[in-house]
Amino acid sequence: MRMKEPFEKAVERHGVTVLRVCRAVLGAGADADDAWSETFLAALRAWPELPEGTNVEAWLVRVAHRKAVDVTRARARHATPTDEVPDRASSLDDPSGDERGVWQAVAALPERQRLAIAYHYLGGLPHIQTAELIGGTPEAVRRAAADGIKSLRQTYNAGEAQKGESR
Amino acid sequence: MNHDLFPVSRTDLDRLRETLIVRAQDDGVLDVAYRIMDSPVGPLLLATTEKGLVRVAFEIEDFDAVLETLAQRVSPRILDAPKRLDVAAVELEEYFTGHRHEFDLPLDHALSRGFRQEVQRFLPQIGYGQTLSYKEVAGLVGNPQAVRAVGTACATNPLPVVVPCHRVLRTDGSLGGYIGGLEAKTALLSLEQAA
Repeated sequence: MRMKEPFEKAVERHGVTVLRVCRAVLGAGADADDAWSETFLAALRAWPELPEGTNVEAWLVRVAHRKAVDVTRARARHATPTDEVPDRASSLDDPSGDERGVWQAVAALPERQRLAIAYHYLGGLPHIQTAELIGGTPEAVRRAAADGIKSLRQTYNAGEAQKGESR
Repeated sequence: MNHDLFPVSRTDLDRLRETLIVRAQDDGVLDVAYRIMDSPVGPLLLATTEKGLVRVAFEIEDFDAVLETLAQRVSPRILDAPKRLDVAAVELEEYFTGHRHEFDLPLDHALSRGFRQEVQRFLPQIGYGQTLSYKEVAGLVGNPQAVRAVGTACATNPLPVVVPCHRVLRTDGSLGGYIGGLEAKTALLSLEQAA
C-alpha cells in the first residue's frame, strides 16, 4: 500500500520539527529556510510512492539531513566575500522568535553536540540512527546530545520563565 | 530543556509554506490545492486540480474525510494553497450575494463516472432560480427510467452549489435530499428566488 494521506497533514504535523532540525544544523536563517523548503519539496515529490506505515517524521528528518548537507556544500562553494545583503530577513531579527537567543546558543555549541541535538533530541531519531547520519557510535551520540543539552540548560536554567512564541 | 524552548514562530512557518506552494506549483507537483471559505451556508472547502475545480464540500461532510478521499482518488499531493482558489472563491461570493447567476469556472469531473457524471454535466443547464424534478432530469438526459439514478447522481455531486443539484426536486415539489443538508438546499433555493 502506498501513502494515501494528504501531504498537507505532513506539513502541519512535522513542519515545526523539521525547521528546528534545520536550524540546529545550519543556524536560524536563510540556510535553514532553504533546507526546510528543499526537504518538503522533495518529500512532496516522493509522497505518493512512500509506503503506507512509514514513520513520516523520521523519514522527513533524514531527508532534511541530506538537504542540510547539500546546503552546507553549496555554502562552502560560494563562500566568497560579498557586499550583497541577504534578501530574506533572518528569524534572528524576529522579536517573536528567538528573543532569548536560543538558536545562537545552539550555533555556538561544538558541531557534534549540535548535530546530536538536531537529529536525536529535536528530530526524534534513535541514537543508533543518528550515529548512522553523523558518524561515531550510538554511545557517543548519546553523550554529545546530553552534553549539549546540559550546556544549554546552564545558559537557560530551568527555573526561568518560558517566554516567546514557541510555535 | 523542552522542545518549545527552541523557538519557531508562526510567521516564519507561514512564510516557508508560501515558498513551498510557489515552488511546488512551478515544479508541477502540487496536484490538488484547496482552501476553506466562509459562506452563508457554512464553511465550504474548495479543491482544484490543474484541470479545474474538482470538489466543493460542506462542513457536515467532514473536511478531513473529504481531503482523504481526494488523496485516495485524485492524488495525495495536496496542499492548503488558498490563492489557487481565488477566482472560484470570488465567483462563489458573488453568487451568495445574488450578483452571479452562472459560474464561469473550469471543472474537473474526476470524482464521478458514467451516468452520474453525465447527469452532473447536464445540471448547469437548469437556469438560476429554476427547478426540475428528478424525473424531468432523467427524461432530459435521455433515460426516463433512471429516476433513482438521477437522485444518486445529485446526492453524490462532488461540486455542489457550482453544479446546481439543489435545483432538482421531487415531482411533488418536496426537497428530496442534499449533500449539504436540507437547510442548505432551502437556503440556496430561497437565495435564487429572492434575486
